[in-house]
Amino acid sequence: MRRYVVRRLLLLVPVLLGVSVIIFMVLHLAPGDPAEIMLGSQATQADLERLRAELGLTEPLYVQYVHWLGLVARGDLGRSIWMKRPVLNEVLGRFKATLVLTGAALVLSTAAGLALGIASAIRPNSLLDRLSAVASLFGASMPVFWLGIVLMVIFALWLGWLPASGMFAPYGGGDLRDLLVHLALPAVTLAAASVTIIARLTRSTMLETLGQDYIRTARAKGVVERAVVLRHGLKNALIPIVTVVGVQAGYLLGGAVLTETVFAWPGVGTLMVQGILARDFPLVQGCVLVVALSFVVINLVVDLLYAWLDPRIRYE
Amino acid sequence: MSVRIARVGDPIARAADASRFRRGIGRVARRDRLAVVAGLALLAVVLAALLAPWLPLLDPDTVDTPNRLRPPLTHGHRLGTDEFGRDLLARLVWGARVSLLAGVATAGAAMVIGVTLGILGGFYTGWIETVVMRLTDILMAFPYILLAIAIVAGLGPGLRNAMVAIAIVGFPIYTRLVRGVVLSLREREFVEAARALGATDPLILGRHILPHLLSPVIVAFSLDVGAKILATAGLSFLGLGTQPPTADWGSMLATGRQFVVLSPHVVLLPGLAIFVIVLALNLVGDALRDLLDPRTHTH
Repeated sequence: MRRYVVRRLLLLVPVLLGVSVIIFMVLHLAPGDPAEIMLGSQATQADLERLRAELGLTEPLYVQYVHWLGLVARGDLGRSIWMKRPVLNEVLGRFKATLVLTGAALVLSTAAGLALGIASAIRPNSLLDRLSAVASLFGASMPVFWLGIVLMVIFALWLGWLPASGMFAPYGGGDLRDLLVHLALPAVTLAAASVTIIARLTRSTMLETLGQDYIRTARAKGVVERAVVLRHGLKNALIPIVTVVGVQAGYLLGGAVLTETVFAWPGVGTLMVQGILARDFPLVQGCVLVVALSFVVINLVVDLLYAWLDPRIRYE
Repeated sequence: MSVRIARVGDPIARAADASRFRRGIGRVARRDRLAVVAGLALLAVVLAALLAPWLPLLDPDTVDTPNRLRPPLTHGHRLGTDEFGRDLLARLVWGARVSLLAGVATAGAAMVIGVTLGILGGFYTGWIETVVMRLTDILMAFPYILLAIAIVAGLGPGLRNAMVAIAIVGFPIYTRLVRGVVLSLREREFVEAARALGATDPLILGRHILPHLLSPVIVAFSLDVGAKILATAGLSFLGLGTQPPTADWGSMLATGRQFVVLSPHVVLLPGLAIFVIVLALNLVGDALRDLLDPRTHTH
């Protein structure tokens, strides 16, 4: 296992370097002077000179990259032009909110997806199974931001059961109950597509597992059905399910950008969109870097978990 | 005595293939009525989008503030009006042109880049394979929409830049798919035989490998157009795609969001349009997969 971990960590190096090049290039993609693009046409020559010096734009590109990488490695992501504060603190502050939303959506989608998938596999072609198949088609076709707005209109504006936006109530909130109430709609919105994907995969894997000889043996021995399904069936079906849950964790992190915008959730996604519209490149780079690094770490954890669950992977 | 060997491009083999394909369409149509309905809906939307300039529609950009936020079935505005009093039906039909074009063009561009790189990465070992696979690894190390947003951040908001970003983000899926198929084909006897007969690499790729890629790539493309429509609408929703006053379904949703309490139809209709068209594309894509690759049957 240790050799596998080391090999997997070494494979990360080129990927991380590539990720850093792409994020660095974000600033240099547009034709023209980045300082002018950021400050707009009203900027004075002195302002432009100051920003160019601050961003090191007078140096050759590769020197700029090495310099930027050195700063990033030391945790210095620069200063936000719009907020006039260090980028790292801003992004990390907002990242907690994104993690709360993504984590809640992941727990929700895994629990609901597993339950729905197992129920569908136990009774294939039942009403629930057919509904789950339709839901999975709908989940893949529905724009997440539209679903969010529809849920917001129904549950927040028409029924008044849940708050429409934000993470806490502006006055008198701040406790766990307040957070959970605010979290409900964004988490359900974000989780919706993943629930259907996890449910369909759980169904197909469980159906395959429940058709194995050892399941028939367990039933013949008189093991109660619940134990057959959960202990003998689910445990063996878990490997592909873990993979898809891990993949979904990454996608939820990316999909959070749109959900956060709909519900004004104070996460990295809303910060990034505000940064782009304010042409604050250091802030955008910081947001992309933090989310991309988390995505890489999640993928690494999933791969390691996969190898730990299935020893055959390690020896490939 | 001469032995007749059927080849790709042979008229007899081609006629047999066409006949088998027609029988397959009939079989899928009988079994999967939903896909037929979806196909017809898709055709209707495509025709409406193509014929938009000649349809009896109001001008989609004409502002009529006294008639703002009219509900559906209002006289003169069958689907109501938006926050500037513009006719929603006209904007939805004209918006379909932008959204469909964005979906097809970005999926097409991603397919061309992805298939080319997949063939190169699968057929040639050594540095070409390493470069292609590391590039796809790096692009896939980002969450899909995040990378698209990052690229638009650099290029600047706008439909064209959003499409470029989505095409760049989307090609690794095709590269992975095609490389896998090419890797297995490369070792097959017919490729070896062609090489032994002195065929050059372009000839082997064009005549022996490419025809095998058609089915999986067509299926992937048909399913991908819907995903690309969703992605473009997502960027427009964030204000990074289509810019006002041009109508596209994502930006209509974004601007209508502020008026959702008083006039939910301003948001519900464009969202429904995206949902229906992507659903139709997914159903047709699934049916196409059943038709072209019966091993991965979806039922």
